[in-house]
Amino acid sequence: MARLSETHLITAREIIGRYPRPKSALIPLLHLAQEQDGYVTNDAMEHLAELVGVTPAEVYGTATFYEMFKFHPVGRYVVNICGTLSCALLGAEELIEHAEERLGIRAGGTTADGAITLERAECQAACTEAPCLQVNYRHRFRVTTEQLDELLDDLTAGNLADEIPDHGVVARIRQTIPAGRWVRPVPPEQAGGRPAWFGAPDAADDETGADA
Amino acid sequence: MSGFEGSYPYAAGYYDDGDRPRIVTDRFQFEDSFTLDRYLATDGYEGLKAALAKAPSEVHDEVRGATVLGRGGAGFPAGVKWGLMPDDVYPRYLVVNGDESEPGTYKDRLLMERDPHQLIEGCLIAAYAVGLSQVFLYIRGEMALAQERVATALNDAYAAGYIGKNILDSDFSVDIVLHWGAGAYVVGEETALIESLEGNRGEPRLKPPFFPAAIGLYGKPTIVNNVETLSNMPWILRNGAAAFAAIGTETSPGTRMVAVSGHVRRPGVYEIVNGATTFRDLLFGEEFCGGMRDGHELKAFVPGGGSAPWFLPDQLDLPFESRPVGAAGSMLGSGAVMVMDETTDIPLAALSLVRFYAHESCGQCTPCREGSTWLERILRRVVDGVGTRRDLEMLFQAGGTICPGEFPHAASERLGIEAVPFPFKMTTICFVGPSCYTAIHSALTLFPDEFEARVAGNTDAGVSIPVTLTTAPVGGGA
Repeated sequence: MARLSETHLITAREIIGRYPRPKSALIPLLHLAQEQDGYVTNDAMEHLAELVGVTPAEVYGTATFYEMFKFHPVGRYVVNICGTLSCALLGAEELIEHAEERLGIRAGGTTADGAITLERAECQAACTEAPCLQVNYRHRFRVTTEQLDELLDDLTAGNLADEIPDHGVVARIRQTIPAGRWVRPVPPEQAGGRPAWFGAPDAADDETGADA
Repeated sequence: MSGFEGSYPYAAGYYDDGDRPRIVTDRFQFEDSFTLDRYLATDGYEGLKAALAKAPSEVHDEVRGATVLGRGGAGFPAGVKWGLMPDDVYPRYLVVNGDESEPGTYKDRLLMERDPHQLIEGCLIAAYAVGLSQVFLYIRGEMALAQERVATALNDAYAAGYIGKNILDSDFSVDIVLHWGAGAYVVGEETALIESLEGNRGEPRLKPPFFPAAIGLYGKPTIVNNVETLSNMPWILRNGAAAFAAIGTETSPGTRMVAVSGHVRRPGVYEIVNGATTFRDLLFGEEFCGGMRDGHELKAFVPGGGSAPWFLPDQLDLPFESRPVGAAGSMLGSGAVMVMDETTDIPLAALSLVRFYAHESCGQCTPCREGSTWLERILRRVVDGVGTRRDLEMLFQAGGTICPGEFPHAASERLGIEAVPFPFKMTTICFVGPSCYTAIHSALTLFPDEFEARVAGNTDAGVSIPVTLTTAPVGGGA
């Protein structure tokens, strides 16, 4: 259980600064917390509440809506096998059953060595590549049971560490906005929020008034 | 080890053969299509330059003239949408909807992974045309590669002076902020997307009054546009509205991306000309899917994503265009066709979709929250062979509670039934409600015999209400 580390705190403040209202940063910050600890801890949620100026309950309320956030430890690799129609038509159920048998756990469970959490997932936007799965949100396409065996063995042995970051890390590349080019967020309360470059109000009224 | 999406061609399933106009996928032919270098070498940011040479209102006129129907599902023209914001209320925001998760659909993911600069350029053109203060690019949480590609593209474009302060040394200044979700289908609905971007649970808002153009992000005028819609903008600014309108039909100009999956020989994502392509072309044409997999016959297909009522071979000759498809009892939705051959167990196929919606219902509206889970449980009972005729009636009843009155469905010559045209009556705030019921309704209406066979011989006596939810617990321990 941990609050955000010093490094993550710097990133968190940078992310918050990009939004007109701090609470908008909540989902990216929850990802940051999950990246740090592998799941979202209560301490982290309290910390995020302080950072964006809401109650811990509000953070929890938001976090629990979203499938990707976990509130207890999960495996190093979360294997999501898609079971929606296109994948179901091409053998998803067999794949899920095969994985359950191979790993000795039911979908939703984690292997005793903590390497793999198996989940039944819904559509992963790769329907023409059915059946598909994701490992920590990285796709694999047209998966056969043989390939699945090989994949699970590799994951268990830790052979794919270079290719797939541990659970919690989604994108390995972050947006960085150079200070010299940053316009800065425009708060909704800002009176006269019309962008300076967008012409004078009168002229623009004619432009946009016609099509409203 | 190869096989992960990072290796080329990971956009497997995208085919660029066939002599068709390409507006949004033209760069997919290049292995490095997502880099700034490739983008600049292939007319990249020329549309932005063309826009900046004009007055904002002229850019808006150009887009309005092109009639880009929204590619996210609703099909509302983008230029008109941009014009719905109230006069002189600022700041105005743009939220890019990259939360693609409709079953069967993937085109936005490819556009973000394969051509992120095209999307960024589209955002800049929109911001310039209607005076937007800030752009939020919301990408689905589960799309790690798309997030990485878009982040890299944004970083490169900022550094090169295409985003941020004084873009290309003009007065025009706007930030694009990368935002990402955390797994929730309903967030693809535009007001839920806004809720999510405000840091809340992604529950849709009531419309009216919360039409985003008037009361959107932080209560301010907000445009919500789909990734594919915005990806059309650079081409339109480079080539003009007239050139765009010359492709496709008068009512739906241009092209659109369609993912065809399931039991076809060559499942894939194709950029097709609007209105000029029929479902028969798409499923059986050699430049598209090339027919059913060997030795099999078409049984049914879903024409527009998991929420769309199903079609039979009877509807194959319909063009891929909203109006005729709506009249025939379904919708084009998000550009996703799912194809089932004669081996398909129809009740089981319907279950895979109803399970999706039961899982993804946000829980805000009672008919959807309760209806979807009960539909799943009852259908599960039927599929497992312990259902009765009464269960089949209950499925219709439960569906009728979510959507009163006649529910849209296709015509069938074999069954002697006429089409009931789109849309449906709703008791819920958003379309997830009716969508829970769509697959069940289509399956029961078009293939009643398969359900009759499942319940034959079972009687109500002794049937208890029992029912185990098969949806796995989320992130459960060992």
